[in-house]
Amino acid sequence: MLPKIARESLLELCRRMFVIRHFEESLVPLHDKGVFGGHYHLYVGQEATGVPAISCLRADDYLFTTHRNHGHLLARGAEPKKLFAEILGRADGLNKGKGGSFHSVAPALGFLHSSGVVAGIIPLSTGTAYAAKAQKNGRITVCLFGDGSLEEGAAPEAFNLASLYKLPVLFLCENNGKYGAGRAVAATQSSTMAAYPLTDLPKTYRIPAQQIDGMDAGLVHGTVSEAVEKIRRGEGPQFIEAQTVRYPGSETNWPTVPRATDTALAWDVSSVPEKAREWYRSCDPLLIFIRELVEAKQASREEISAIERQIKSDIAAAVEFAVNSPYPKPQEAERNFFAQS
Amino acid sequence: MRDLAYYEAKFEALDEIMAADQRVHLINGTFLSLSPHRHVFQNLKEKYTDRMMSPPISELGFCGLATGAAMAGLRPIVDLSTGSFIYEAWPQVANEAANAFSMSGGQTRVPVVFHLFHGLRGGGAAQHSGSPQAMLWNCPGLEIAIPSSPRDVKGLLKSAVASDNPTIFVDHTRLLDIRGEVPENDKPIPFGVADVKRAGRDVTVIATSYTVQVALRAAATLAQEGIEAEVVDPRTLVPFDLPTILQSVEKTHRVVIADETHQSCGVGAEIAARIAESGFDKLKAPIRRVATLDVPVPYSPPLEAHIGPSEERIINAVRAAVR
Repeated sequence: MLPKIARESLLELCRRMFVIRHFEESLVPLHDKGVFGGHYHLYVGQEATGVPAISCLRADDYLFTTHRNHGHLLARGAEPKKLFAEILGRADGLNKGKGGSFHSVAPALGFLHSSGVVAGIIPLSTGTAYAAKAQKNGRITVCLFGDGSLEEGAAPEAFNLASLYKLPVLFLCENNGKYGAGRAVAATQSSTMAAYPLTDLPKTYRIPAQQIDGMDAGLVHGTVSEAVEKIRRGEGPQFIEAQTVRYPGSETNWPTVPRATDTALAWDVSSVPEKAREWYRSCDPLLIFIRELVEAKQASREEISAIERQIKSDIAAAVEFAVNSPYPKPQEAERNFFAQS
Repeated sequence: MRDLAYYEAKFEALDEIMAADQRVHLINGTFLSLSPHRHVFQNLKEKYTDRMMSPPISELGFCGLATGAAMAGLRPIVDLSTGSFIYEAWPQVANEAANAFSMSGGQTRVPVVFHLFHGLRGGGAAQHSGSPQAMLWNCPGLEIAIPSSPRDVKGLLKSAVASDNPTIFVDHTRLLDIRGEVPENDKPIPFGVADVKRAGRDVTVIATSYTVQVALRAAATLAQEGIEAEVVDPRTLVPFDLPTILQSVEKTHRVVIADETHQSCGVGAEIAARIAESGFDKLKAPIRRVATLDVPVPYSPPLEAHIGPSEERIINAVRAAVR
């Protein structure tokens, strides 16, 4: 369903989902052509979780994310050209080329540190929450991580701390393994956890936890809004598991694009290779969102196509910027690893 | 000049730091381990209740919490108590805190202090006697302070909290009762400035932490044989003051390095390498290391005493160096 927000806000969510989709789809050929070499992870298929969830936050809230951070940064409004430049290791990158895909940050947007260790950010998120509580500034922290993060011991230690000290933090677990596309529905999780459902783990620490469909933008928006409100009222941490179906392009070690997205796919998937077709037909959250916008008469197909065309051209310009951005000087490697007081 | 016990100087520093800066929070521990003086922590606890946290036994969790809080503008001081416990928090200290500033392209500062008691404490056995400072010296991005006197603990603790970088504060329980001069209103001691604890012409003994005190006793004994040892205390490992050490070597031409990390890849190994690289022409004898022997720390008193950098081992190393 659609979030219960004004039409212009719905279209803004749509724009940001397109930004993420076309950003990620543009990365794959850049990698395959050797423009950058590091490992990277796509957010395709999770747009209806990150975009509405992040739209519920205040401008001064803190966010932590993992190796799969591109979508979160873009949803919050990070400049695609600077994120591309960072992934390409260029001087104009968000982190001046020192972080790469795993560690892209945007402190002005509340992203202070992105960790490539799956549960690394979970204790850190209790820290910004602890600081905000001490400083009484009303900021909350949203910690975005995958289901695999729960397998590391840092997660339960942090849940215990967050609960004991009633810290203002939302743990938003994105489980992108609801069932692998083309696999049996019975294969319920990509993670290897004896705790099932995953919400049992935070509940053990008395953290209110719920499991929702992460492909349903309206449900995500409603659930996150409510959780954020409770956290801001001082009720302590909340946990949400948003389930999505893994993008077929993320099933391999190095990402692929089974079929480049365009608006028309929302109504006709016959051009998608058969192996991936079912995912685009029923699990692609962007296409679901587009169909809902049209069915609810919030936008016409033509309007959506126009938005998409604009974003495709913006993304192409952002790629151009990044490809032409210089590499940092080699000597920069030996500089700036200590802060000067 | 005023004379204070080491633990008194340390608590005077903590009190002054807490009073001067509302951003400072103390997380875990008593900063005195199981010392009989640990009741003094209660005074601080009552004075600054709102800025005290006694978390569960979750080193990984609360070191991460402190690191995150530092990113958001607090200046937490975490007491890991026993140095070996930092191994439980390794991912947050070595992989998150140490890397954050560089990895963010110099945008995210992490002004957190991790305080710990390292080394041989008498019956600590293998799991409570660790000296993790050598391993931590191998993690670029961390500053490491390692005091050896009442005046230094106060001055270095103030600089550690003022630093915008994650800092390891390496303390030793055997220092807590040592007495020494601590001037009123003493200035913070800047990082990267070594201190010549005893002047001498015949040999440079570089020592850290409690081993400075052992080296000073060894130097007094050696003086009776006519050997004058110069005892140099780097006071911080990161940043490291090589020029002061080379100045001493220029004068003595002989070097003994004494400290409690294990010998292989230890603090002594790194200092020896730096002197060999930059001051080989000044040396008239091989550099000698007196480190903790490369074995897990045994429990029984004579076994523990046998492996540490004792006065006797330092004296023997100096005699060999000046021969």
